Amino acid sequence: MTVDVERPPTPPGDPEPLPERPPESLIRAQAERLRKTWKTPEGLAYFTSVNNTQVGLWYTAMTLVFFLYAGVLALIMRLQLAQPGNRVVTPELYNQIFTVHGSVMMFLFAIPIFEAIAVLLLPQMLGARDLPFPRLSAFGFWCFVLGGVFLCGSLFFNAAPSGGWFMYPPLTSKYQPGIGADMWLLGFSFIEVAAIAAAVEMIVGVLKCRPPGMRVNLMPLYAWYVLVAAAMILFAFPPLIAGSLLLEVERAFSWPFFVPTRGGDPLLWQHLFWLFGHPEVYIIFLPSIALIAMIVPTFARTPIVGYGWVVLAAIGTGFLSFGLWVHHMYTTGLPGISLGIFSAASSAVAIPTGVQFFCFIATLLAGRVVRSTPILFIIGGLAVFVLGGLTGVMVAIASFDFQAHDSFFVVAHFHYVLIGGAVFPILAGLYYFYPLVDGKKLSDRLGKIAFWFVFVGFNVAFMPMHLSGLRGMPRRVFTYSEDLGVSGLNLTSTVGAFILAIGIGVVAVDVLRPKKQQPLAARNPWNAGTLEWVQEMPGEDWGIRSIPEIDSRYPLWDQPNFLRDIDEGRFYLPDAAEGRRETIVTSAIDARPLQCQRLPGNTSMTIVAALTTGGFFIFGTFHLWWPALLSLAAAIGVFWYWLWTGTAHLPEKDQKDVGLGLTLPLYASGSGSVGYWGVFITMLADLAAFASLVFGYFFFWTIHEDFPPVHEAGPGLLWPSLGAATVLGAWGCTFAARELNKRDNARGYYAALVLALLLTAAGGIALVEGPRSTGLDPTTHCYPATVWMLVLWNALHLAIGMIMHLYCFARRWFGRMTARYDIDICNVTLYWHFTALTVVITVLVIAGFPLAT
Amino acid sequence: MHEQLREEHESLWWLAAAPIIWAAHLLLSYCTAAIFCQKLVERGGPLGAARLAIVVYSVVALGALLALGVRGYRRHRYGDTTGTRHLDTPEDRHRFLGFATVLLAGVAGVAVIYQALPALFIGSCR
Repeated sequence: MTVDVERPPTPPGDPEPLPERPPESLIRAQAERLRKTWKTPEGLAYFTSVNNTQVGLWYTAMTLVFFLYAGVLALIMRLQLAQPGNRVVTPELYNQIFTVHGSVMMFLFAIPIFEAIAVLLLPQMLGARDLPFPRLSAFGFWCFVLGGVFLCGSLFFNAAPSGGWFMYPPLTSKYQPGIGADMWLLGFSFIEVAAIAAAVEMIVGVLKCRPPGMRVNLMPLYAWYVLVAAAMILFAFPPLIAGSLLLEVERAFSWPFFVPTRGGDPLLWQHLFWLFGHPEVYIIFLPSIALIAMIVPTFARTPIVGYGWVVLAAIGTGFLSFGLWVHHMYTTGLPGISLGIFSAASSAVAIPTGVQFFCFIATLLAGRVVRSTPILFIIGGLAVFVLGGLTGVMVAIASFDFQAHDSFFVVAHFHYVLIGGAVFPILAGLYYFYPLVDGKKLSDRLGKIAFWFVFVGFNVAFMPMHLSGLRGMPRRVFTYSEDLGVSGLNLTSTVGAFILAIGIGVVAVDVLRPKKQQPLAARNPWNAGTLEWVQEMPGEDWGIRSIPEIDSRYPLWDQPNFLRDIDEGRFYLPDAAEGRRETIVTSAIDARPLQCQRLPGNTSMTIVAALTTGGFFIFGTFHLWWPALLSLAAAIGVFWYWLWTGTAHLPEKDQKDVGLGLTLPLYASGSGSVGYWGVFITMLADLAAFASLVFGYFFFWTIHEDFPPVHEAGPGLLWPSLGAATVLGAWGCTFAARELNKRDNARGYYAALVLALLLTAAGGIALVEGPRSTGLDPTTHCYPATVWMLVLWNALHLAIGMIMHLYCFARRWFGRMTARYDIDICNVTLYWHFTALTVVITVLVIAGFPLAT
Repeated sequence: MHEQLREEHESLWWLAAAPIIWAAHLLLSYCTAAIFCQKLVERGGPLGAARLAIVVYSVVALGALLALGVRGYRRHRYGDTTGTRHLDTPEDRHRFLGFATVLLAGVAGVAVIYQALPALFIGSCR
């Protein structure tokens, strides 16, 4: 454990800020140029902003609106359950309400608020002007709004999903033919795509956009947590996307993935859902805990105790949370040994989870705690979470879970975990970070009042649920009988829920009350040590005036004259000489400056892209296939235009002086470019979704005596092998095109691309021809359905790969790509590495595996 | 600067190594048990060879984690670790990554032992 007490000044070898104050006129001219470059548009154009300051704010505000919406639904449920035999809502409406409550809280509040806070604060914590893909964040936000409003609105048309937030078939397939389930499947897939986009942004941001000198061991803990949570999204969301795809295809086209009479199995959905669902809980929990890790040292007035241990906790929890999914399936009749393995893993995760709590407590004990509203919410949250964690260890034991499964005990458990582990820290974060957004503090008095209402109300509402659950009250049932003996407990819960609501109401009033008269908060109002508090009050759009050299985990505490040097532009990039938005890209471990990255400016394209992409999903929900496909075509057009005009600009010069005697290149391709990292990370998620489909294939193999079934012809050997060979040829040609372009052999480049394009088309046709030629009918049995799904997945990727070939062809043709500036073809080649791998695996599975059995 | 300390010689993947070993152990144990019980024996039949397989996986995983932990520990103890140190040095970053590797190997090791225990106590596919 490393706690440094004395800190020597700047270590040798690090660049010093400018020793002299630059002339006043220069400081002013620089500030003016920066302000102009980063200016937020006014009027309606305000919504075309892509700056993280605005997008993060909208994002956060919108998640809080959804939080209140789902909270009101919770109150309606509590009214219905206040007395036995109540008739506040009909059973059908109750089903819709609990489904929407759970789904909205999870998908529209808990996960997005992580992305929202990260978009808002991560650049500030990293001293970056913005994250590397600001337009991607904006696009993600607009997708989120569109999908969210669509879903929440469905309740008013009595069309909401009603199968519970985990959507188990056959309830959600055979027994719910309405559009509610489609709305859930397509609406949330749309939002999950946005979440993956955000994850890409976070990972590249943390690894590549740190300020010079911020080595991995100096990173703010928030950045560690964000890195872990974003990486988890990459592997947790794809199984759900794959599962949703299967369930939607079953509903729309009767491909029987989950229908036992035709070989399917509902348990496959449960596996895929919980492969997502359990890590998801930690995706919610870790970024909220990260807020605690930022707030605690500030109020304890001391660096975090056990930095390395907290990093262990973040990474360890992130990984272990993937090994717990079966504990949601204890009662499905799996063999005892399987239950035992997952019960063990479920208990093990308590270790890293506990470690970080001890670090926080140790920090509070080591320092002298300053009393404040944020710290109050944190201590309350820790207490609530620990109770939830203890009941968590109880339900991790399979034999206990058999008794408590699907009862109100579980409801109590996960509300303790999620509200203690996420809502309390987020409220603490709201009070703590609010001045960064508004330049003003929230009221300490109202905050304390709110805390006590929330804390007391929460416990009064949820503590009795443990008992009502143990007495036999099942969750998700619209009423209960007087004889069950839980009437008093339920009435208490209802009263508690309303006390809790009053507390949330007080917070809302505090946020919304006019603050015109209130003076601005002092700069760094809490005397924090981390970089985000460098911000002026109110903040400027440029994010940070000059990008500092970092020597410490708490630069505001440790680096002398830090604020002055930043403000006077004595560090890097104090200017926007060419009127372009810029930030510094650094190396992943030691944050050595590598490149001056140009960032794209405001645009309405992100909104159009979200509308057209959303159109595909929304029309799809109503099975309006033609409008859906048209919308998709439009979306592809918009993306093309977006990439064409907004990415991989040829710089006007090779290098640029970024200050302090440092000259950096303006363009980097291959593994040096942030875009390459973005493609790599996206494709990891894509690969995870594909792996989930392959998992489906082998899952069916384990449950069936004969799989592939003996009477099925299968896709044969010839066509799939031919397909794989052709696609590998296309991959080789793409690779050759990249190399030929590097040697500036234009003719060779075009020829290779055209050949690649043709081979891809041939490969796609060959792959489809496999199951088509043998007459596999996907509606008859899960086997042909799975084969077709794998083949179509590949065909889709090949089609996208062809668009990419065309794009690269056109880029060079129109002079937007050269031998030296070749980001486009490098990134496309990377996409092709993954696609070739996917095709090879597919062919090995669908054509090779039947040979082996 | 000492050659070993250069950034190019470090990798964040080392942090993921221990948890990946854990994940491999979990998946292998689970798949072995699931396939064994579903495909090879009747429901309720003896777990036999699957138990042995899980024990073997566990021994191999623990051995790998131990090696990883030792490697991390060496890095953690790199150079002069007494007295006040500055965090902003390649040495300290090196030690930090080593320390994190040790801790992760430790927690992965505990989790592997937990996951091995059911195979010691459960003898059938019931």
